[in-house]
Amino acid sequence: MPIYMIDRRRVLLGIAATGGAALLPVLPAAALTQGQARSLIDSVMADIHGIINSGGSEGQMIARFEGLFDQYGDVPIIARSVLGPPARSASASQMQAFTAGFRAYLSRKYGGQFRQFIGATVQVDTARQVQSFWEVESTMTLRGRAPFEVRWHVSDRSGRARFFNLIIEGVNVLAAERQEIGTMLERRGGNLDRMIQDLQQSG
Amino acid sequence: MPAPRRARSIVAVLLIGALAAGCAQAPLPSGTNDPYESVNRAWFNNNLALDQALSGDTEAETDPALVALDDEGETVVAPDAVTPQRGSFLRRIVSNFGANLGLPSTIANDLLQIRPDRAAENTLRLVINSTVGLGGLFDPAGRIGIHGRRSDFGETLHRWGVGEGAYVVLPLLGPSTERDALGLAVDLVLDPLRFALPRGEFGGTLVARGAARFADRAEYAEILDANVINTADPYAQARLLYLQTRRYHLGVEIEDEIIDPYADLYD
Repeated sequence: MPIYMIDRRRVLLGIAATGGAALLPVLPAAALTQGQARSLIDSVMADIHGIINSGGSEGQMIARFEGLFDQYGDVPIIARSVLGPPARSASASQMQAFTAGFRAYLSRKYGGQFRQFIGATVQVDTARQVQSFWEVESTMTLRGRAPFEVRWHVSDRSGRARFFNLIIEGVNVLAAERQEIGTMLERRGGNLDRMIQDLQQSG
Repeated sequence: MPAPRRARSIVAVLLIGALAAGCAQAPLPSGTNDPYESVNRAWFNNNLALDQALSGDTEAETDPALVALDDEGETVVAPDAVTPQRGSFLRRIVSNFGANLGLPSTIANDLLQIRPDRAAENTLRLVINSTVGLGGLFDPAGRIGIHGRRSDFGETLHRWGVGEGAYVVLPLLGPSTERDALGLAVDLVLDPLRFALPRGEFGGTLVARGAARFADRAEYAEILDANVINTADPYAQARLLYLQTRRYHLGVEIEDEIIDPYADLYD
C-alpha cells in the first residue's frame, strides 16, 4: 500500500490495487475553503494553548503533542516527504515503522520547544492560498516579547483538512527535517531499518 | 581628533561598498551557496567548542538555584520548565541593556533604507527604554507593544540590491553571509555611538552588546540544543536555520522553497 490514510483508507486501497497514485489527481483539489483551513488551525492553536498551559510534566505534554500531530497533522505525508526518494523503495512495514518513529520524534523535538511558551497567548490570523494549499498565519505572544509567527500549511488532499508543514519564524520544518533525516540515513549507509531504530533516541 | 577618524571611516565604507557591488548578483537567493564549506565547518566547530565551554559553566550555576526554588512546594517540576520565567531575570537585563545600545545603529540603517516608520518606532523605543527603562536595563517599550525591529547594514545592502553572496561562518560571531559580514564591518565603523561617545565608552558599548548576545544565546539554549546542537549534522542545520530566518527577516519570499508533498506524491 503506497499511501496511508485514515478516512479513505478503503477507497484508496481500491485505487492502489487498480493502478495507484496516478488516479489521485482527480480528487477535488480546491475543495478546502479558507474558512475550513482557518478553523483547523483555530483548533490546533487552542489545543496547543491548552497543552502548554496545562501545567503537566514534560512527558505528559509530549504525549499530548503526539496526539495533536496525529489528530490535525497529515503525519504519513509528512513522514513520506521527509524521507524523500528512499520512501519509494521502502516496504509498507518499514514506512509504518518510520511514520510511527517520526511522529514520536517530532513530538519530542517540537513539543519540547512549544513548552517554552508557557503563559503565551495564541492568535490565528489570515489564511491565503499558496499553490494548491492554504497557508494560515498564527502568532504566539509571550508577555513583553515580540510576537512569534507560525505559518501552517494546510491541505485536504489526503481526504480531510490537515496541516502538513509549519514555518516557524521563517524556518521550514519539512526542509529542516528532510536535512536531518537525510543525514541520519546517509550516516547509516542508507540502511532504513537502522535509521528507524536510532530515531527513537533522537529529538 | 574626530575629523581624520571620520575621513578614514568614509574611505572604509566606500571600499566596502565597492566590494559589495562585486558580490552583487542574484537578488533572490535560494538554497545554499556554500563554496567555503570546509573552512566554514572548521570555524563552526571552533565556535561550538567555545560556546559549549562557556555555556556549560553558566548552566551549572543556574540549575541548583532553580531546583532550590522548586523544592518549596511538593510538586516536582523539571528545572528547565521554569527557566524562561524565573531563571532569566539577570539575563534579560544584560540582554535589554545591550539591545538598547544597538538601537542607534539600527535607526541609522532604517534611515539609510528610507524606512521612516521603522526609524520612528525604534527611536521611540530608544527614548522610552533609555529613560523609563533606566538606561536600557528594562524594556518598558516592549511591555506596551513597541518591540521595534532590529536592522543592520547587511539589510541596508539587501535593500540597495546587493545579493547575499556565499554563506560564511565568522569566528566568534557565527553564521553569516558575505553581504552580511560586510554589513557587520560597516556597522562597526558607522555606529552613531562611535561619534557620540568618547572612544573608551564606545568600546564599552561593544562589550555590552557582546554580553547581550551571549545572554540571548542562554535564553534560547533549549531551542538551540533541539534544532542545532543535538541534530545529526549541526553545521548543516545551523546553515539552513540561519539562511531561512535571515531571508524571512529581510522579507525575501522564495517560491522554490515551498514544499508541496502532495504534488511530489501525486503529480
